[in-house]
Amino acid sequence: MKLSSKDMLGIRDLPREEIDLILDTAASFKEISERTIKKVPTLRGKTVITLFFEASTRTRTSFEIAAKRLSADTINISASTSSVVKGETLIDTARNLESMNPDIIVIRHSAAGAAQILAGLLKQSIINAGDGAHEHPTQALLDMLTIREKKGRIEGLTVAIVGDIAHSRVARSNIYGLIKMGANVVICGPAMMIPRGIERMGVTVCCSMRDAIRNADVVMMLRMQLERQEKNLFPSLREYAQQFSLNRDNIRLAKDDVIVMHPGPVNRGVEIAPDIADGPSSVILEQVANGVAVRMALLYLLSGGTK
Amino acid sequence: MKKNTVVMDAESVDRSLTRMAHEILERNRGTDNLIIIGIRKGGVPLAERLTEKISAIEGTEIMSGTLDITLYRDDVLTTGIRPPIEKTYIPFPLDKKRVVLVDDVLFTGRTIRAAMDALMDFGRPAIIQLAVLIDRGHRELPIRADFIGETLPSSLWENVRVTVTDDRSADEVVIEEG
Repeated sequence: MKLSSKDMLGIRDLPREEIDLILDTAASFKEISERTIKKVPTLRGKTVITLFFEASTRTRTSFEIAAKRLSADTINISASTSSVVKGETLIDTARNLESMNPDIIVIRHSAAGAAQILAGLLKQSIINAGDGAHEHPTQALLDMLTIREKKGRIEGLTVAIVGDIAHSRVARSNIYGLIKMGANVVICGPAMMIPRGIERMGVTVCCSMRDAIRNADVVMMLRMQLERQEKNLFPSLREYAQQFSLNRDNIRLAKDDVIVMHPGPVNRGVEIAPDIADGPSSVILEQVANGVAVRMALLYLLSGGTK
Repeated sequence: MKKNTVVMDAESVDRSLTRMAHEILERNRGTDNLIIIGIRKGGVPLAERLTEKISAIEGTEIMSGTLDITLYRDDVLTTGIRPPIEKTYIPFPLDKKRVVLVDDVLFTGRTIRAAMDALMDFGRPAIIQLAVLIDRGHRELPIRADFIGETLPSSLWENVRVTVTDDRSADEVVIEEG
Protein backbone atom coordinates (compact mmCIF):
# COMPACT_ATOMS: atom_id res chain seq x y z
CA MET A 1 0.00 0.00 0.00
CA LYS A 2 1.04 3.52 -0.69
CA LEU A 3 -0.20 7.05 -0.05
CA SER A 4 -1.34 8.72 -3.26
CA SER A 5 0.28 12.08 -2.52
CA LYS A 6 3.89 12.97 -1.71
CA ASP A 7 2.55 15.41 0.89
CA MET A 8 0.20 15.37 3.86
CA LEU A 9 -1.65 18.67 3.59
CA GLY A 10 -5.06 17.89 5.03
CA ILE A 11 -7.72 15.30 5.72
CA ARG A 12 -10.23 16.70 3.22
CA ASP A 13 -8.72 14.98 0.19
CA LEU A 14 -7.39 11.92 2.00
CA PRO A 15 -9.25 8.73 0.98
CA ARG A 16 -10.67 6.54 3.72
CA GLU A 17 -8.37 3.61 2.81
CA GLU A 18 -5.35 5.84 3.29
CA ILE A 19 -6.60 6.93 6.72
CA ASP A 20 -6.94 3.24 7.60
CA LEU A 21 -3.43 2.54 6.30
CA ILE A 22 -1.95 5.37 8.40
CA LEU A 23 -3.84 4.28 11.54
CA ASP A 24 -2.88 0.60 11.10
CA THR A 25 0.76 1.52 10.57
CA ALA A 26 0.69 3.84 13.60
CA ALA A 27 -0.80 1.10 15.78
CA SER A 28 2.19 -1.12 14.94
CA PHE A 29 4.66 1.72 15.58
CA LYS A 30 3.41 2.29 19.15
CA GLU A 31 5.42 -0.62 20.48
CA ILE A 32 8.74 1.00 19.47
CA SER A 33 8.20 3.84 21.96
CA GLU A 34 7.82 1.28 24.76
CA ARG A 35 11.17 -0.47 24.16
CA THR A 36 14.34 0.08 26.17
CA ILE A 37 16.06 1.15 22.96
CA LYS A 38 13.42 3.36 21.38
CA LYS A 39 14.85 3.46 17.87
CA VAL A 40 14.66 1.59 14.58
CA PRO A 41 17.08 2.19 11.68
CA THR A 42 14.47 2.68 8.96
CA LEU A 43 15.03 6.36 8.05
CA ARG A 44 18.80 6.38 8.44
CA GLY A 45 20.26 9.11 6.25
CA LYS A 46 16.95 10.95 5.83
CA THR A 47 16.63 14.56 6.96
CA VAL A 48 13.47 16.05 8.44
CA ILE A 49 13.17 19.82 8.90
CA THR A 50 10.49 21.25 11.15
CA LEU A 51 9.67 24.82 10.21
CA PHE A 52 7.43 26.46 12.79
CA PHE A 53 6.14 29.99 12.32
CA GLU A 54 3.75 29.61 15.27
CA ALA A 55 4.29 28.60 18.87
CA SER A 56 4.17 24.89 19.64
CA THR A 57 5.55 22.49 22.19
CA ARG A 58 3.54 19.33 21.68
CA THR A 59 3.47 19.12 17.90
CA ARG A 60 7.06 20.15 17.24
CA THR A 61 8.46 17.86 19.93
CA SER A 62 6.23 15.05 18.75
CA PHE A 63 7.49 15.33 15.15
CA GLU A 64 11.07 15.52 16.33
CA ILE A 65 10.75 12.47 18.58
CA ALA A 66 8.96 10.57 15.81
CA ALA A 67 11.73 11.33 13.32
CA LYS A 68 14.49 10.47 15.79
CA ARG A 69 12.91 7.14 16.73
CA LEU A 70 13.09 6.25 13.04
CA SER A 71 16.78 7.33 12.94
CA ALA A 72 16.21 10.38 10.71
CA ASP A 73 18.22 13.54 11.34
CA THR A 74 16.12 16.47 12.47
CA ILE A 75 16.61 20.21 12.25
CA ASN A 76 14.18 22.55 13.96
CA ILE A 77 13.62 26.08 12.76
CA SER A 78 11.31 28.45 14.55
CA ALA A 79 10.41 31.83 13.11
CA SER A 80 11.67 33.80 16.10
CA THR A 81 15.25 32.54 15.70
CA SER A 82 15.41 32.42 11.90
CA SER A 83 15.95 34.89 9.08
CA VAL A 84 12.20 35.46 9.04
CA VAL A 85 12.82 38.20 11.61
CA LYS A 86 15.13 39.81 9.03
CA GLY A 87 12.25 39.91 6.57
CA GLU A 88 12.83 36.80 4.47
CA THR A 89 9.65 35.54 2.78
CA LEU A 90 8.24 32.07 3.32
CA ILE A 91 9.05 31.10 -0.25
CA ASP A 92 12.65 32.29 -0.04
CA THR A 93 13.13 30.46 3.25
CA ALA A 94 11.70 27.31 1.69
CA ARG A 95 13.84 27.53 -1.45
CA ASN A 96 16.96 27.96 0.66
CA LEU A 97 16.08 24.96 2.79
CA GLU A 98 15.40 22.95 -0.36
CA SER A 99 18.94 23.63 -1.55
CA MET A 100 20.25 21.80 1.49
CA ASN A 101 18.37 18.75 0.26
CA PRO A 102 16.21 17.59 3.15
CA ASP A 103 13.68 14.78 2.54
CA ILE A 104 10.66 15.96 4.48
CA ILE A 105 9.63 19.45 5.63
CA VAL A 106 7.08 19.83 8.40
CA ILE A 107 5.53 23.28 8.45
CA ARG A 108 3.25 25.21 10.79
CA HIS A 109 2.15 28.66 9.69
CA SER A 110 -0.56 31.15 10.64
CA ALA A 111 -1.70 31.48 7.02
CA ALA A 112 -4.11 28.90 5.62
CA GLY A 113 -2.58 27.26 2.57
CA ALA A 114 1.06 27.81 3.55
CA ALA A 115 1.82 24.08 3.40
CA GLN A 116 0.02 23.82 0.07
CA ILE A 117 2.22 26.56 -1.41
CA LEU A 118 5.40 24.77 -0.35
CA ALA A 119 4.07 21.44 -1.63
CA GLY A 120 3.59 22.91 -5.09
CA LEU A 121 6.98 24.59 -5.05
CA LEU A 122 9.30 21.96 -3.62
CA LYS A 123 10.09 18.39 -4.58
CA GLN A 124 10.30 17.39 -0.90
CA SER A 125 7.40 15.85 1.00
CA ILE A 126 5.56 18.54 2.96
CA ILE A 127 3.63 17.75 6.11
CA ASN A 128 1.14 20.34 7.32
CA ALA A 129 1.47 20.76 11.09
CA GLY A 130 -1.28 23.38 11.16
CA ASP A 131 -2.04 26.20 8.73
CA GLY A 132 -4.10 29.04 10.20
CA ALA A 133 -7.70 28.00 10.86
CA HIS A 134 -7.58 25.59 7.93
CA GLU A 135 -6.28 22.06 8.75
CA HIS A 136 -4.16 20.15 11.24
CA PRO A 137 -4.18 16.66 9.74
CA THR A 138 -1.80 14.88 12.13
CA GLN A 139 -3.92 15.99 15.10
CA ALA A 140 -7.05 14.52 13.50
CA LEU A 141 -5.19 11.29 12.71
CA LEU A 142 -3.95 10.90 16.28
CA ASP A 143 -7.45 11.64 17.55
CA MET A 144 -8.90 8.98 15.27
CA LEU A 145 -6.22 6.50 16.38
CA THR A 146 -7.12 7.20 20.02
CA ILE A 147 -10.85 6.75 19.37
CA ARG A 148 -10.29 3.53 17.41
CA GLU A 149 -8.04 2.17 20.15
CA LYS A 150 -10.48 2.99 22.97
CA LYS A 151 -13.72 2.10 21.18
CA GLY A 152 -12.52 -0.53 18.72
CA ARG A 153 -14.09 1.40 15.81
CA ILE A 154 -15.05 4.86 14.59
CA GLU A 155 -18.02 3.98 12.40
CA GLY A 156 -21.37 4.59 14.08
CA LEU A 157 -19.99 6.47 17.08
CA THR A 158 -21.38 9.82 18.16
CA VAL A 159 -18.65 12.41 18.58
CA ALA A 160 -19.41 15.83 20.09
CA ILE A 161 -16.93 18.62 19.29
CA VAL A 162 -17.39 21.63 21.57
CA GLY A 163 -15.83 25.08 21.49
CA ASP A 164 -14.58 27.67 19.02
CA ILE A 165 -15.28 25.68 15.85
CA ALA A 166 -14.75 28.62 13.51
CA HIS A 167 -11.13 29.23 14.44
CA SER A 168 -10.20 25.60 15.01
CA ARG A 169 -8.12 23.73 12.44
CA VAL A 170 -8.31 20.75 14.80
CA ALA A 171 -12.12 20.76 14.52
CA ARG A 172 -12.05 21.11 10.74
CA SER A 173 -9.62 18.23 10.17
CA ASN A 174 -11.47 16.04 12.66
CA ILE A 175 -14.84 16.74 11.04
CA TYR A 176 -13.50 15.74 7.61
CA GLY A 177 -11.92 12.60 9.04
CA LEU A 178 -14.66 11.44 11.39
CA ILE A 179 -17.43 11.92 8.81
CA LYS A 180 -15.35 9.99 6.27
CA MET A 181 -14.90 7.14 8.77
CA GLY A 182 -18.65 6.97 9.38
CA ALA A 183 -19.06 8.72 12.74
CA ASN A 184 -21.98 11.02 13.65
CA VAL A 185 -20.46 14.39 14.46
CA VAL A 186 -22.28 16.93 16.61
CA ILE A 187 -20.74 20.37 16.99
CA CYS A 188 -21.51 22.94 19.63
CA GLY A 189 -20.25 26.37 20.65
CA PRO A 190 -21.23 30.02 20.97
CA ALA A 191 -23.16 31.15 17.87
CA MET A 192 -20.36 33.53 16.87
CA MET A 193 -17.96 30.61 16.75
CA ILE A 194 -20.02 28.32 14.51
CA PRO A 195 -19.22 28.98 10.85
CA ARG A 196 -22.27 29.58 8.66
CA GLY A 197 -23.09 26.64 6.41
CA ILE A 198 -21.03 24.13 8.38
CA GLU A 199 -23.92 21.64 8.12
CA ARG A 200 -22.75 21.06 4.56
CA MET A 201 -19.77 19.19 6.01
CA GLY A 202 -22.25 16.60 7.29
CA VAL A 203 -22.37 17.62 10.96
CA THR A 204 -25.30 18.37 13.27
CA VAL A 205 -25.17 21.76 14.98
CA CYS A 206 -26.36 22.04 18.58
CA CYS A 207 -26.68 25.32 20.47
CA SER A 208 -26.95 23.76 23.89
CA MET A 209 -23.99 21.96 25.36
CA ARG A 210 -26.27 19.55 27.21
CA ASP A 211 -27.98 18.50 23.98
CA ALA A 212 -24.67 18.14 22.18
CA ILE A 213 -23.08 15.73 24.63
CA ARG A 214 -26.20 13.72 25.44
CA ASN A 215 -25.41 10.05 24.61
CA ALA A 216 -22.06 10.94 23.09
CA ASP A 217 -19.40 8.20 22.85
CA VAL A 218 -16.66 10.79 22.52
CA VAL A 219 -16.55 14.40 23.72
CA MET A 220 -13.82 16.47 22.13
CA MET A 221 -13.27 19.81 23.86
CA LEU A 222 -11.46 22.52 21.93
CA ARG A 223 -9.11 25.04 23.42
CA MET A 224 -10.78 28.38 24.06
CA GLN A 225 -8.46 30.59 22.05
CA LEU A 226 -7.84 33.20 24.73
CA GLU A 227 -5.74 35.29 22.37
CA ARG A 228 -8.88 35.93 20.32
CA GLN A 229 -10.88 37.25 23.26
CA GLU A 230 -10.05 40.85 22.38
CA LYS A 231 -12.17 40.52 19.29
CA ASN A 232 -15.29 40.39 21.43
CA LEU A 233 -16.50 37.10 20.08
CA PHE A 234 -17.81 36.32 23.50
CA PRO A 235 -18.71 38.55 26.47
CA SER A 236 -16.47 37.00 29.10
CA LEU A 237 -14.54 33.87 29.86
CA ARG A 238 -16.68 33.29 32.90
CA GLU A 239 -19.83 33.31 30.85
CA TYR A 240 -18.20 30.98 28.32
CA ALA A 241 -17.22 28.57 31.06
CA GLN A 242 -20.73 28.58 32.48
CA GLN A 243 -22.26 27.55 29.18
CA PHE A 244 -19.62 25.49 27.41
CA SER A 245 -17.38 23.93 30.03
CA LEU A 246 -17.30 20.17 30.43
CA ASN A 247 -17.80 19.38 34.10
CA ARG A 248 -18.89 16.76 36.60
CA ASP A 249 -22.49 17.76 36.17
CA ASN A 250 -22.99 17.71 32.39
CA ILE A 251 -20.66 14.80 31.61
CA ARG A 252 -23.29 12.49 33.16
CA LEU A 253 -25.45 13.09 30.09
CA ALA A 254 -22.92 11.36 27.85
CA LYS A 255 -22.63 7.57 27.62
CA ASP A 256 -21.21 5.83 30.71
CA ASP A 257 -18.09 4.83 28.83
CA VAL A 258 -17.57 8.23 27.21
CA ILE A 259 -14.01 9.30 26.47
CA VAL A 260 -12.97 12.93 26.86
CA MET A 261 -10.43 14.38 24.45
CA HIS A 262 -8.61 17.69 24.19
CA PRO A 263 -5.89 18.66 21.70
CA GLY A 264 -4.08 20.81 24.27
CA PRO A 265 -2.96 23.14 25.59
CA VAL A 266 -5.75 22.92 28.18
CA ASN A 267 -7.20 26.04 29.79
CA ARG A 268 -8.16 24.45 33.08
CA GLY A 269 -11.45 25.77 34.39
CA VAL A 270 -12.37 27.39 31.06
CA GLU A 271 -13.41 24.72 28.56
CA ILE A 272 -12.87 21.79 30.88
CA ALA A 273 -13.01 21.34 34.65
CA PRO A 274 -9.69 20.13 36.13
CA ASP A 275 -11.25 17.03 37.69
CA ILE A 276 -12.58 15.98 34.27
CA ALA A 277 -9.28 16.68 32.49
CA ASP A 278 -7.54 14.44 35.04
CA GLY A 279 -10.44 12.04 35.53
CA PRO A 280 -10.94 8.42 34.45
CA SER A 281 -12.73 9.34 31.18
CA SER A 282 -9.92 11.57 30.02
CA VAL A 283 -7.62 10.23 27.28
CA ILE A 284 -5.74 13.50 26.84
CA LEU A 285 -2.30 12.06 27.58
CA GLU A 286 -2.95 8.97 25.45
CA GLN A 287 -3.62 11.38 22.59
CA VAL A 288 -0.13 12.77 23.06
CA ALA A 289 1.43 9.28 23.07
CA ASN A 290 -0.50 8.37 19.93
CA GLY A 291 0.72 11.58 18.29
CA VAL A 292 4.25 10.20 18.18
CA ALA A 293 3.06 6.93 16.62
CA VAL A 294 0.94 8.66 13.97
CA ARG A 295 3.80 10.96 12.99
CA MET A 296 6.20 8.01 12.79
CA ALA A 297 3.74 6.25 10.51
CA LEU A 298 3.47 9.31 8.24
CA LEU A 299 7.22 9.86 8.05
CA TYR A 300 7.63 6.20 7.15
CA LEU A 301 4.86 6.16 4.55
CA LEU A 302 6.02 9.41 2.91
CA SER A 303 9.71 8.43 2.80
CA GLY A 304 11.84 6.74 0.27
CA GLY A 305 11.64 5.17 -3.11
CA THR A 306 10.33 6.72 -6.27
CA LYS A 307 10.01 3.53 -8.29
CA MET B 1 2.16 -24.89 -17.38
CA LYS B 2 3.33 -24.40 -13.84
CA LYS B 3 4.21 -27.59 -12.05
CA ASN B 4 3.81 -27.88 -8.27
CA THR B 5 5.55 -30.58 -6.29
CA VAL B 6 4.51 -31.37 -2.74
CA VAL B 7 7.73 -32.03 -0.85
CA MET B 8 6.31 -32.30 2.69
CA ASP B 9 2.80 -33.21 3.75
CA ALA B 10 1.12 -32.50 7.09
CA GLU B 11 2.59 -35.59 8.75
CA SER B 12 6.17 -34.92 7.71
CA VAL B 13 5.88 -31.24 8.74
CA ASP B 14 4.71 -32.37 12.18
CA ARG B 15 7.44 -35.01 12.47
CA SER B 16 10.11 -32.46 11.55
CA LEU B 17 8.81 -29.98 14.12
CA THR B 18 8.78 -32.67 16.83
CA ARG B 19 12.40 -33.54 16.06
CA MET B 20 13.38 -29.85 16.05
CA ALA B 21 11.67 -29.33 19.41
CA HIS B 22 13.77 -32.14 20.88
CA GLU B 23 16.94 -30.79 19.28
CA ILE B 24 16.27 -27.31 20.70
CA LEU B 25 15.83 -28.78 24.19
CA GLU B 26 18.94 -30.93 23.84
CA ARG B 27 21.14 -28.10 22.59
CA ASN B 28 19.91 -25.68 25.28
CA ARG B 29 19.88 -28.28 28.05
CA GLY B 30 16.25 -27.65 28.94
CA THR B 31 14.03 -24.58 29.02
CA ASP B 32 15.95 -22.23 31.34
CA ASN B 33 15.86 -18.71 29.82
CA LEU B 34 14.57 -20.17 26.56
CA ILE B 35 12.47 -17.87 24.34
CA ILE B 36 10.95 -18.78 20.98
CA ILE B 37 10.44 -15.83 18.60
CA GLY B 38 8.62 -16.18 15.30
CA ILE B 39 9.43 -13.88 12.37
CA ARG B 40 6.37 -12.46 10.63
CA LYS B 41 4.66 -13.80 8.80
CA GLY B 42 5.75 -17.31 7.95
CA GLY B 43 7.67 -17.96 11.17
CA VAL B 44 4.83 -17.13 13.54
CA PRO B 45 2.67 -20.29 13.23
CA LEU B 46 5.82 -22.46 13.26
CA ALA B 47 7.05 -20.73 16.44
CA GLU B 48 3.66 -21.40 18.02
CA ARG B 49 3.90 -25.11 17.16
CA LEU B 50 7.45 -25.38 18.48
CA THR B 51 6.48 -23.54 21.69
CA GLU B 52 3.57 -25.91 22.13
CA LYS B 53 5.69 -29.02 21.56
CA ILE B 54 8.54 -27.91 23.83
CA SER B 55 6.09 -26.95 26.58
CA ALA B 56 4.39 -30.36 26.27
CA ILE B 57 7.67 -32.31 26.32
CA GLU B 58 9.00 -30.50 29.40
CA GLY B 59 5.64 -29.95 31.10
CA THR B 60 6.34 -26.26 31.59
CA GLU B 61 5.19 -23.06 29.85
CA ILE B 62 7.91 -21.33 27.87
CA MET B 63 8.00 -17.71 26.69
CA SER B 64 7.39 -16.74 23.09
CA GLY B 65 7.15 -13.60 20.98
CA THR B 66 6.56 -12.23 17.50
CA LEU B 67 8.88 -10.05 15.43
CA ASP B 68 8.13 -7.86 12.41
CA ILE B 69 11.46 -7.14 10.73
CA THR B 70 10.24 -4.73 8.03
CA LEU B 71 11.74 -1.62 9.67
CA TYR B 72 15.16 -3.32 9.72
CA ARG B 73 15.16 -4.54 6.12
CA ASP B 74 18.00 -3.33 3.91
CA ASP B 75 15.57 -2.66 1.06
CA VAL B 76 12.76 -1.01 3.03
CA LEU B 77 13.00 2.37 1.29
CA THR B 78 14.18 1.24 -2.13
CA THR B 79 10.78 0.77 -3.76
CA GLY B 80 7.83 3.14 -4.08
CA ILE B 81 5.63 0.87 -2.03
CA ARG B 82 6.04 0.90 1.73
CA PRO B 83 5.68 -2.65 3.06
CA PRO B 84 2.93 -2.86 5.71
CA ILE B 85 4.13 -2.85 9.31
CA GLU B 86 2.62 -5.43 11.64
CA LYS B 87 2.86 -5.66 15.39
CA THR B 88 5.99 -6.83 17.16
CA TYR B 89 5.30 -8.53 20.46
CA ILE B 90 8.33 -9.02 22.70
CA PRO B 91 7.12 -7.69 26.05
CA PHE B 92 10.19 -8.77 28.03
CA PRO B 93 13.90 -7.84 27.98
CA LEU B 94 16.08 -10.33 26.13
CA ASP B 95 19.13 -9.82 28.37
CA LYS B 96 20.85 -13.16 29.08
CA LYS B 97 18.07 -15.07 27.31
CA ARG B 98 18.53 -18.00 24.94
CA VAL B 99 16.59 -16.88 21.88
CA VAL B 100 15.47 -19.27 19.15
CA LEU B 101 14.43 -17.34 16.03
CA VAL B 102 11.94 -19.21 13.88
CA ASP B 103 11.22 -18.70 10.18
CA ASP B 104 9.62 -20.86 7.51
CA VAL B 105 12.20 -20.69 4.70
CA LEU B 106 15.89 -19.75 4.93
CA PHE B 107 16.93 -18.28 1.57
CA THR B 108 19.25 -15.28 1.10
CA GLY B 109 19.73 -14.75 4.84
CA ARG B 110 18.79 -11.08 4.64
CA THR B 111 15.66 -11.51 6.75
CA ILE B 112 17.70 -13.17 9.47
CA ARG B 113 20.27 -10.35 9.40
CA ALA B 114 17.42 -7.86 9.91
CA ALA B 115 15.89 -10.01 12.65
CA MET B 116 19.18 -10.16 14.58
CA ASP B 117 19.54 -6.38 14.41
CA ALA B 118 15.99 -6.04 15.72
CA LEU B 119 16.58 -8.48 18.59
CA MET B 120 19.61 -6.51 19.75
CA ASP B 121 17.29 -3.54 20.38
CA PHE B 122 15.47 -5.61 22.99
CA GLY B 123 18.53 -6.37 25.08
CA ARG B 124 21.65 -8.55 24.93
CA PRO B 125 20.69 -12.19 24.50
CA ALA B 126 23.10 -14.86 25.76
CA ILE B 127 22.71 -16.67 22.45
CA ILE B 128 20.60 -16.45 19.30
CA GLN B 129 19.85 -19.67 17.44
CA LEU B 130 17.94 -20.10 14.19
CA ALA B 131 15.28 -22.70 13.45
CA VAL B 132 13.81 -23.01 9.95
CA LEU B 133 11.46 -25.55 8.42
CA ILE B 134 13.15 -25.36 5.00
CA ASP B 135 16.70 -24.40 4.07
CA ARG B 136 16.64 -23.80 0.34
CA GLY B 137 20.20 -22.48 -0.10
CA HIS B 138 21.30 -19.44 -2.16
CA ARG B 139 22.68 -17.48 0.80
CA GLU B 140 23.84 -13.90 0.19
CA LEU B 141 25.14 -13.40 3.74
CA PRO B 142 27.26 -15.61 6.04
CA ILE B 143 24.28 -17.05 7.94
CA ARG B 144 23.33 -20.65 8.76
CA ALA B 145 20.53 -22.35 10.64
CA ASP B 146 20.96 -24.34 13.88
CA PHE B 147 17.79 -26.41 13.54
CA ILE B 148 16.53 -27.42 10.09
CA GLY B 149 13.36 -29.30 9.16
CA GLU B 150 14.49 -30.20 5.68
CA THR B 151 17.30 -29.09 3.38
CA LEU B 152 15.83 -28.51 -0.04
CA PRO B 153 18.25 -27.43 -2.75
CA SER B 154 16.13 -25.34 -5.11
CA SER B 155 16.56 -23.32 -8.26
CA LEU B 156 16.33 -19.56 -8.14
CA TRP B 157 13.31 -19.57 -10.44
CA GLU B 158 11.43 -21.89 -8.15
CA ASN B 159 9.31 -20.72 -5.24
CA VAL B 160 9.05 -22.63 -1.98
CA ARG B 161 5.64 -22.23 -0.38
CA VAL B 162 5.09 -23.29 3.23
CA THR B 163 1.50 -23.58 4.45
CA VAL B 164 1.06 -23.99 8.18
CA THR B 165 -2.36 -23.06 9.53
CA ASP B 166 -4.68 -23.92 12.38
CA ASP B 167 -6.16 -26.63 10.19
CA ARG B 168 -3.16 -28.90 10.68
CA SER B 169 -4.25 -31.51 8.16
CA ALA B 170 -3.67 -28.93 5.39
CA ASP B 171 -0.04 -28.24 6.32
CA GLU B 172 2.35 -28.72 3.43
CA VAL B 173 5.51 -27.55 1.71
CA VAL B 174 5.28 -27.12 -2.07
CA ILE B 175 7.85 -26.23 -4.70
CA GLU B 176 6.27 -24.07 -7.37
CA GLU B 177 7.89 -23.57 -10.73
CA GLY B 178 8.16 -19.84 -11.42
